[in-house]
Amino acid sequence: MEITDIRNFVPTTFGDWVPKFGELWKTQISALRHRFGENIQETRMPPDYPTDVPIIYVKKESILNVLSFMKTDSTFEYNFLSDLTATDESIEPRFELVYNLFSTTKLVRIRLKVRLRDGEEAPTATAIWPGANWSEREVFDMFGIRFAGHPDLRRILMDIRYVGHPLRKDFPLKGYQIFTEPELADPALLEE
Amino acid sequence: MPMTDTIHKSALDRDPDDLWEDSRAIVNIGPTHPAMHGAFRLVAKLNGETIEKSYGEFGYTHRAKEKMGENRTYHQYIVYTDRMNYVSAMINNTVYAMAVERLMGIEVPERTIWIRMICSEMSRVIDHLVCVGINAVDIGAFSYFLYGFHEREEAYTLIERLCGARLTTSFTRIGGLMADAPEGWEKDVKAWVKRTRKTIDEMDRLLTMNRIWQKRTVGVGVITKEQCIEYGFSGPNARGSGIDIDLRRDQPCMFYKDVEFDVPYATEGDIFSRYLVRIEEIRQSLNIITQCADRIKPGPIWCEDKRVRIPDKDVVYNTMEGLIYHFKFFMTGFEVPAGEAYTQFEAANGEFGFYIVSKGSSKAHRMRVRGPSFWHFQALPLMVRGLKIADMVATFGSINVIAGEIDR
Repeated sequence: MEITDIRNFVPTTFGDWVPKFGELWKTQISALRHRFGENIQETRMPPDYPTDVPIIYVKKESILNVLSFMKTDSTFEYNFLSDLTATDESIEPRFELVYNLFSTTKLVRIRLKVRLRDGEEAPTATAIWPGANWSEREVFDMFGIRFAGHPDLRRILMDIRYVGHPLRKDFPLKGYQIFTEPELADPALLEE
Repeated sequence: MPMTDTIHKSALDRDPDDLWEDSRAIVNIGPTHPAMHGAFRLVAKLNGETIEKSYGEFGYTHRAKEKMGENRTYHQYIVYTDRMNYVSAMINNTVYAMAVERLMGIEVPERTIWIRMICSEMSRVIDHLVCVGINAVDIGAFSYFLYGFHEREEAYTLIERLCGARLTTSFTRIGGLMADAPEGWEKDVKAWVKRTRKTIDEMDRLLTMNRIWQKRTVGVGVITKEQCIEYGFSGPNARGSGIDIDLRRDQPCMFYKDVEFDVPYATEGDIFSRYLVRIEEIRQSLNIITQCADRIKPGPIWCEDKRVRIPDKDVVYNTMEGLIYHFKFFMTGFEVPAGEAYTQFEAANGEFGFYIVSKGSSKAHRMRVRGPSFWHFQALPLMVRGLKIADMVATFGSINVIAGEIDR
């Protein structure tokens, strides 16, 4: 993300966890760089960059390895997936997948991001967190990012017959798509 | 041979397992079913009355709140926040205001923070009263629900005195509050706390040791500690399964460091555990409210920062500059510096967070809302597997899924 207007960049206080967790984050990021090397593309640390927690950009191919390593390794223990979402940056690479992680033992947060081009598939994190299932469905529904290997990639908030992905920046703000027939129950989803 | 004999004979010849095989049915519950609180739909494959497999659906009240966040100014978005979890609207207002203030680096005055804390805890009490009350109605204890709802109405009256609205409050502003608390409000809050404490004890005596209630709830709708972590559970539902995490204590914001409260948790992970956690949390919230009401002092409610401060009415009506500023404030809004932050708070249902990405304009680049119910509802098919339909209704009520928060 480029800062659009440098006059707006004032050092704010929202990196208020830096005194408490700054050292921990530094050791964790150097451990990640040591283990994954080139696959960690870029890190952005508060308070140098306007963010509340460090942002780690990871290559798409190794995001699952990084996530499962960070979930289980004793220096990280980011075992709780707080949030999984995406942003539309309007320029290539267009999308950024955002993983907000929380450690229930160390009580610290961190953010992982994956850059994706338009039409590119992301790997699914459902094998690591089964709870990522619906979040990934929402990202697919809202941004049109497909997840390879996802068990049940359907629309979740919008109707299954809906055309378009609403949270893309080029999606029109006004318009109608009217469905008069109800969405029927799908017996295939109830197979064992 | 008479007809009845044939039927008897064929029934006896049959393998009982085959008989069950034939009786499998797919039942659609919702979205306008009274047992589904809010517009939810659960499609279940039943074997007799036992749920073999099910899946949940939602999105019937989707109002594109995240898209609106990108197309409304930060000030205009306040009214959207209290339609998320409409049972505890004040918490959403507070979290949203905190999120934007954090991005802008604004410090709000002490009095504002105390009022926000009182309102948040009152909303938490309201939310828990609704949850346990409705859960009890689903199981058949109607009078219990009325006890809780009386206190809920009293709490709404107190909120109405603050902002004129009972449900959709829109009370907070970025950097302040809509209005100061009226005179004597703290005293009334303390009187309400006293009454509610008594009511909670009464409700506790009425239901907790009731044998029917226990038979319906103990060991039903179980979710284990590990599953809770895997499925992103937070709040009272996670604490019902033995996860000792409360963001008010563990990542404190506002003045939660300065007040004393306990974090209750239970270990069984069934409906009864969640019920006990909620009842105890109401008591702790009441303690927090008393401490806040004791420490609140008269003072300003608006921050000093000129960027977000809504101009006073006499300045607007009497000076040209004030009028221009007023117009600019409401039409174009204030600019938030570029940056991004995920601000979270322990809402009544769990971790409620705003992930705001700003690119320096007066509208957010991305306004993501993390509602706890989204994650809780996802695990419902797991929790109700092998239960009866009636137990599914009880389980659904106990995780307190709010439609507005999921659908956004």
